[in-house]
Amino acid sequence: MEVYLDNSATTKCTKAVVERMNHIMLEEYGNPSSLHNMGMHAEKQIKEAKMVIASSMKVKEKEIIFTSGGTESDNLAIIGAARAAARRGKHLITTQIEHPAVLESMKYLNEEGFEISYLPVNAEGVLSIEDLKNTIRKDTILVSIMHTNNEIGSIQPIHEIGTWLKQNRPDIIFHVDAVQGYGKARIYPSRSGIDLLSVSAHKIHGPKGVGFLYCNEKTRILPLLFGGGQQNAIRPGTENVAGIAGLAQAVQEIYQNLDQDILRMEQLRQLLISEACKLDGVTVNGSKTGAPHIVSLSVADVRSEVLLHALESEGIYISSGSACASNHPSVSDTLKAIGLKKELLDKTVRFSLSNTTTEEEIRYTINKLCDMIPMLRKFTRH
Amino acid sequence: MFKAFLIKYAEIGVKGKNRYLFEDALVRQIRIALKRCEGEFKVHKTQGRIYVEVLSDYDYDETVEQLKTVFGIVGICPVVHVEDEGFEKLCEDVIAYIEKVHPEKNLTFKVLARRARKNYPLESMEINRELGGVILKAFPEMKVDVHDPETILHVEIREKIYIYSKVIPGPGGMPIGTAGNAMLLLSGGIDSPVAGYMIAKRGVQIDAVYFHAPPYTSERAKQKVVDLAKLISVYTGPIRLNIINFTDIQLYIYEQCPHEELTIIMRRYMMKIAERIAIDSDCIGLITGESIAQVASQTLHSLVATNEVCTLPVYRPLIGFDKQEIVEISHKINTYETSILPFEDCCTIFVAKHPVTKPSLKMIKLHEKDLEEKIDEMVDTAISTREILICKKETV
Repeated sequence: MEVYLDNSATTKCTKAVVERMNHIMLEEYGNPSSLHNMGMHAEKQIKEAKMVIASSMKVKEKEIIFTSGGTESDNLAIIGAARAAARRGKHLITTQIEHPAVLESMKYLNEEGFEISYLPVNAEGVLSIEDLKNTIRKDTILVSIMHTNNEIGSIQPIHEIGTWLKQNRPDIIFHVDAVQGYGKARIYPSRSGIDLLSVSAHKIHGPKGVGFLYCNEKTRILPLLFGGGQQNAIRPGTENVAGIAGLAQAVQEIYQNLDQDILRMEQLRQLLISEACKLDGVTVNGSKTGAPHIVSLSVADVRSEVLLHALESEGIYISSGSACASNHPSVSDTLKAIGLKKELLDKTVRFSLSNTTTEEEIRYTINKLCDMIPMLRKFTRH
Repeated sequence: MFKAFLIKYAEIGVKGKNRYLFEDALVRQIRIALKRCEGEFKVHKTQGRIYVEVLSDYDYDETVEQLKTVFGIVGICPVVHVEDEGFEKLCEDVIAYIEKVHPEKNLTFKVLARRARKNYPLESMEINRELGGVILKAFPEMKVDVHDPETILHVEIREKIYIYSKVIPGPGGMPIGTAGNAMLLLSGGIDSPVAGYMIAKRGVQIDAVYFHAPPYTSERAKQKVVDLAKLISVYTGPIRLNIINFTDIQLYIYEQCPHEELTIIMRRYMMKIAERIAIDSDCIGLITGESIAQVASQTLHSLVATNEVCTLPVYRPLIGFDKQEIVEISHKINTYETSILPFEDCCTIFVAKHPVTKPSLKMIKLHEKDLEEKIDEMVDTAISTREILICKKETV
């Protein structure tokens, strides 16, 4: 049996996504900027994609900027907004558990002369709004907080933060990295006071290499790329038409039964958590009210890489920590920030579900975990 | 401007009646290396020399880079061809050559002419003298030194006239395929690829064996070893890589034997398996990257214990090298960056906190008795289920 439980790393494209992209690459391959019919057809694909995406969040079509994915969206939002607002102030706020695409952008801006505050989180991986309020200064220009954490699935009080900011400090730009949240929760930027929001296609069964940034029409950002003026010159470069159409197709499908899908994933998540925690020395990280698709477990005395490869040999694919940070065995900032015991830092694995995950797959995984963990504990390094 | 390369080879030159075998192997290896380059080349032996003639447009840097990977080549001399249109013209050509190839000028030199075509009007000694004078007149900064010149300007009179003075160092050694085959124990580390390179440099054809321990070592660790084999294959030619699944044996040793002796006993079984595959693959030696006292399993005492299981000779070319010296070679042969990728290999996963550094062979053998029940069958299974990959550099 093959069970793919690494959907927070990436997802499988749906058939319809692949077919649509295939059609565009083979038939409607025009450049949207070309004047002839082929160009017009390509342009139409982009317009339709914007329509679908905008309606999923109840925002305006012109507020969607297509990018190469989550990393670029985060970079463009944070660096672009900070530079545009630099005359008003130099203070930025984020959290200690952001994705590297946010943290590294902040680090870069720090070298450019901006000052950054990193908010801590509690043991469940959630920040305190009081902390945020106390950190805001006169010269704060940007707050960037992720919707759903990629490693432990904790969800931040985005709505509360956004609405408070709009009432009290409307001059502060609010960016939300929703790469793990979009398609797993309903998000409405204008109601929640969000000015900028990053999304990636390949986390919602779309293709890799494409994503978008929602940018409120009143929010000014400066471009990072320069070229032929496409997308109002905020993100120039010939549009990735096939990718964009694939992204729109994925959005359509993920929203089709979103509420039921969320409920079902949540039930499977609870099943996995409750069964796994019956095992000796297995603990769950993050909060009970976290994202419906992420389960982070620490397994005492079993190194995550070994458990990962052992499950792999049974056809189960999971991740140790977060995939983006796994190529170099550095210790996860998120796990440190929630105060996980030192000896558990390299004994933590992540299971991430999608709307295609079945109960049978979860039960199979639970069975294998029950078999394997005691067996692997027999052979440990001394 | 260079239309040919003269290939210098030192050691082959002193061989006796079998010298042609070495030269032919060298020509063969040069042809293989040049296949990776753009352009058309002709490689031929004449009068105890090997020439690479360029027959089309080509990329000079690429060609030299590839020639530098051929063991047996001591020096690569880029050659300029000029037509024989009289001695006056030759003088002009030589001046033009120096202008281009030695723009710094401020150096000592001598001219070394060689008259292969004996009907040329001047004798070699005369050419040396006359050309030397012309050069001194044209470039007063240059000085003649007949005993220890910085540059020797070679002028060879053949159908055409060949001029060369630059010698680009080659890797040295002996051409691949002139010394038999040996089996390299290849891990993902820094040392074993270097050890393989060094033995291959003496003309030995390399096969390799890697011990894989899933799930304790990942697919990426295995891919890393394949990548390393591909990197050294640039020098050695395609490498047959045997991948042994070692997990069961390792766990069995872990269960049955004292943990301080784990690494030594494990290495003894690695050597045993490597030797069996070696004999199976017509290899007549084993190669390891061991260096005295680098780790607990490489002390002289430990080497006694691991060596004892083999009858084939075990070649350890790095035995007297410091880590830093090995690292330098790995940089030179381009394996360092891959070697330091952080994937665990099977030697480190169960390593004890205080492994023995002076194992007693008697005790080891005693403890190995506890393996008797299953180990032979496990070794047989590991060998019969091994995966074999041919690793070579891929090109478009």
